[in-house]
Amino acid sequence: MNLLGKLDWSAIPFNQPIIMGASGGVVVVIVAILAWVTLKGYVPYLWREWITSVDHKRIGVMYIILALIMLLRGFSDAIMMRAQQAVAAGGSQGYLPPEHFDQIFSAHGTIMIFFMAMPFVIGMMNFVVPLQLGVRDMAFPTLNSVALGLTASGILLTNISLAVGEFSKAGWVAYPPLSELQYSPGVGVDYYLWSLQISGVGTLMTGINFVATILKTRAPGMSYMRMPVFCWTSLAANLLIVAAFPVLTATLTMLLLDRYLGFHFFTTDGGGNAMMYVNLFWIWGHPEVYILVLPAFGIFSEVVSTFSGKPLFGYRSMVLATMAICVLSFVVWLHHFFTMGAGANVNGFFGVMTMIIAVPTGVKVFNWLFTMYGGRIRFTVPILWSIGFMVTFVIGGMTGVLMAVPPADFQLHNSLFLIAHFHNVIIGGTVFGLMAGYNYWFPKAFGFMLDERWGRISFWCWLIGFYLAFMPLYALGLMGMTRRMQHYDVASWQPWLIAAALGVVVILAGIVSQIIQLVVSIRDREKLKVTADPWNGRTLEWATASPPPPWNFAVLPQVTGIDALWQKKRRGRTQAEPLKEREFEPIEVPKNSATGFIIAFFAVIAGFAMIWHIWWMAGVGAIGVFLTMLAFAFRDEEEIEIPAERIARFEQANPAEIAV
Amino acid sequence: MRYGLLAVLIGVAMLGGCSEGVLDPKGPIAAADRQILLNSLGIMLAIVIPVILATLGVAFWFRESNTRARYRPNFAYSGRLEMLVWSIPAMTVFLVGGVAWVGSHDVSPRKPIVSSVKPLRIQVASLDWKWLFIYPDLGVASVNRLTIPVGTPISLELTSSGVMNSFFVPQLGSQIYTMAGMVTRLHLQADQPGTYRGFSAQFSGEGFADMHFDADAVTSEKFTQWLDGVRSAGPELNAKSYSDLVKPSTAVAPFTYRSVEPGLFDKITVSEMQSDDAMCRRYPTSMRAEQ
Amino acid sequence: MTMSVAVDDGVGYEAQSLASEAGPATRRVVVGYGFWIFLLSDIVMFSAFFAAYAVLAHATAGGPSGMQLFNQRSVAIETGCLLASSYTCGLMSMAIGSRRYGATYLAALVTFVLGAAFLALELKEFAGMIAIGAGPQRSAFLSSFFTLVGCHGLHVTAGLVWLVVMMAQVSIKGLTATVERRLLCFSLFWHALDIVWVWLFTVVYLMGVLS
Repeated sequence: MNLLGKLDWSAIPFNQPIIMGASGGVVVVIVAILAWVTLKGYVPYLWREWITSVDHKRIGVMYIILALIMLLRGFSDAIMMRAQQAVAAGGSQGYLPPEHFDQIFSAHGTIMIFFMAMPFVIGMMNFVVPLQLGVRDMAFPTLNSVALGLTASGILLTNISLAVGEFSKAGWVAYPPLSELQYSPGVGVDYYLWSLQISGVGTLMTGINFVATILKTRAPGMSYMRMPVFCWTSLAANLLIVAAFPVLTATLTMLLLDRYLGFHFFTTDGGGNAMMYVNLFWIWGHPEVYILVLPAFGIFSEVVSTFSGKPLFGYRSMVLATMAICVLSFVVWLHHFFTMGAGANVNGFFGVMTMIIAVPTGVKVFNWLFTMYGGRIRFTVPILWSIGFMVTFVIGGMTGVLMAVPPADFQLHNSLFLIAHFHNVIIGGTVFGLMAGYNYWFPKAFGFMLDERWGRISFWCWLIGFYLAFMPLYALGLMGMTRRMQHYDVASWQPWLIAAALGVVVILAGIVSQIIQLVVSIRDREKLKVTADPWNGRTLEWATASPPPPWNFAVLPQVTGIDALWQKKRRGRTQAEPLKEREFEPIEVPKNSATGFIIAFFAVIAGFAMIWHIWWMAGVGAIGVFLTMLAFAFRDEEEIEIPAERIARFEQANPAEIAV
Repeated sequence: MRYGLLAVLIGVAMLGGCSEGVLDPKGPIAAADRQILLNSLGIMLAIVIPVILATLGVAFWFRESNTRARYRPNFAYSGRLEMLVWSIPAMTVFLVGGVAWVGSHDVSPRKPIVSSVKPLRIQVASLDWKWLFIYPDLGVASVNRLTIPVGTPISLELTSSGVMNSFFVPQLGSQIYTMAGMVTRLHLQADQPGTYRGFSAQFSGEGFADMHFDADAVTSEKFTQWLDGVRSAGPELNAKSYSDLVKPSTAVAPFTYRSVEPGLFDKITVSEMQSDDAMCRRYPTSMRAEQ
Repeated sequence: MTMSVAVDDGVGYEAQSLASEAGPATRRVVVGYGFWIFLLSDIVMFSAFFAAYAVLAHATAGGPSGMQLFNQRSVAIETGCLLASSYTCGLMSMAIGSRRYGATYLAALVTFVLGAAFLALELKEFAGMIAIGAGPQRSAFLSSFFTLVGCHGLHVTAGLVWLVVMMAQVSIKGLTATVERRLLCFSLFWHALDIVWVWLFTVVYLMGVLS
């Protein structure tokens, strides 16, 4: 018996200079960072304050750091694809052979959806939601840390595939039978499956955590109809996670059983039914779209209202629209495969249902418009992203509804028109929203602003780059170019693909500007320093110090209406009483825990072992996870108490402008 | 600038589409698809363009530095506007939904094309990575080239030897998946002679990029000539030559089979099941008793 | 978590009687609520496996069908074991409520034995089917059958392990608030498994034999 399963030296692609160069570079950078951290003596600090932290703000920041790193990884895949398609015309094969090109587009999709957009959205919710609810932490702080750990495990496994073995060549949706053992005998699909399974468990934990937090822990007085809209959209997104991710887990489990134990769920023989995978995948997949975009809608609502100096127009409509989208997203999945040959009634029904979702979405756009109407708009970086979003997203929404018309979809399905459409809504919706949120809440998280000038430059590069990169793809789709082509023989497509490649370069300039923005802002942090409420905000996160203390609020706020902070400001309430005379009670905060880190460690071991069929090691990983959970269950002390004097000291050093 | 880009997008897409794409139909199905596409697009542009203009206009007018704009910090609700806000998208969707519902019945891939000409049956199988076209009534077959007579409805039955693909000739109309163990139906027709690009629109593995074919629409005289030519030369397609053909290969040059073993297509659709027949007999119905 | 009451602001106090405005719920409520949501998500996962079973129930690929394989008597005993274990689990909850340690252990022991008996019968059924060549690799129908029933079986196994751990906690830590909360979650879990089994019994075994 081989102790290392399928793993041997041939797993490392020594003969592929691009892969070896990339993975070698990554390894060097990681080693350099680790060495620097160790030499500077930062390890104990990182361990104490970040890795074992169960503070939702720290966890949120770590999620976003992961997401930004994965944005770079996914984006470099995008550059490679665009470069390949810009050159591989006529007889040319480009510079990427099919087996490499196929891995790149599979990795690009998987990483951008699961490991960029998801952690970014979840990180944003983690940081903001408890603050907006006016409470001190999530419902389950340690579970939150475990969820982060499992997400990081999935990310790590996916990236290990770069250097050891290969990644999936079956696309990010991994349709069988192509993803079955018969047609994909390598470890690529296994990397895909185990990464998603492990991070999916983490995502499910996050979903449960947020639903419990939002529904059961809010500041006194905050009834449902007083919650900030971002909390509403987060609630909707997490309800979707709870209802949709188990379906993905089950579906991928079936594919795993097919691949590992010879089951016949989706195989071409034994009565398997590959179409069932497609159905089940999209029963998860369509709600997933809204998991990504609803929180972005919430961010836009906060940003547009804050910088227009007005409450959100039609709050009730907004809430209703959000929940309507939440429910409707489960009855549209078939529009991802009108071309499967279903009858006209079935196709027509799902087409119409899909369009009905456009109604609440359209309502949202109008409500943002009327929020700006009669406002006094301060053109900061977050609102630039929001206006850019509104213009871009309606185009993406329109092309989406267009493809919900079955006969139009018969012509556009799987074409570059589709690629342009979903990038139009995911970049123009989710990513723009996350960028708006990143610029909006950064001063809250770190106590200093992000540089405005570089922020603007980065916005314009992203916006122009986006149009340049994706408008040609709409045209190419209409010209009949299908997706995922490693090379093509139609010469008239090439100019469009070169234009798209140039667009990607402009987006790259946007990303570089963002990195510069961050560096410049850190350098000038003393100059950019802010107090609790730099934007003249409306919701409770602006009522506490920037950055907030571990306990968030020394005294839980008393909420009396929508936009809790704004109302207090308008009533002209300043600090209620001199600080010295205020009494603080000691606060219990959850104790740090290494559980998340250790479980993540063993999860990586188990996942890697399963991918390479190293059964003993998989057992070690599984037992490790179990023992860690057991140790956690037997710990005695769950919380530590922060003495009242420390809180008083902090409150004196950081006086809030407005008492809540 | 941004809506300028939109106009450019549409204009360019129209122009671009005119050469070979889905906007340059050569048959009734493709023409109907295009009409539905343009109708829906027109309805939506009527609302999308004003929204984009309004967004930019409102954002510009209500900028902080504009002293002429009236600041109304309490304007957060208006029943009439809410009505409008819900009814505009609802009306739009009502219209487009109507187009979608009627359209999906009109050009359902299962629906035969009404014509006085007798339809030509063709069976399509996607193999790794090439297309096999069987003409069951004519007894010939072709690989990577689909020859059809102009003005004749083509009745397609489609399946796959393994991996899923999607049969698509944009200028003739709707695409449809090909799936192992299943048969999908599609009806197409070419109205003008010409060579149209056909390909797989569903990624199917390493040789996918070369999995395209020419759809030759020819006059009926030329079709008869072609048929005579095919019948007089080339190999025979039977179980044995099929098992050679089905082996993975890429960028296969088009060729034809002078004859086809009857029922071969049905064997492709159920081929995997048949191999289990021997095992089936091991399970008598009295199995429960054994337990 | 210490609950702080706002220092100032007289407005809105009269509305405090609304449950949704009462401020953060107690730990017990939050944990119970979170666990309910987990159970719902677990049931969603089961429904995916149920859906797969429903689609593949007739895809026997020439192999045996449910009618030929299922042994009604054994399944009836399994069902009896599981239902009875739910009852004893309820007795355990009552014993916990009145702080009777001995009764708690006894009820837990009976629950464990019944659960283990259920598992043993299920494994025997699986082993018997595999022995005559009707394993999960035989056909899509059997794949979905083994996965659906096996998934429930894995849940029961996890429940048994959890029960053992909880009894260890009871004996080491006593019935503290935390332990009691976890036992509450365990009983929710155990009853949910019962509900899933009732569905499973109906869809797989009863309908499988009827059709």
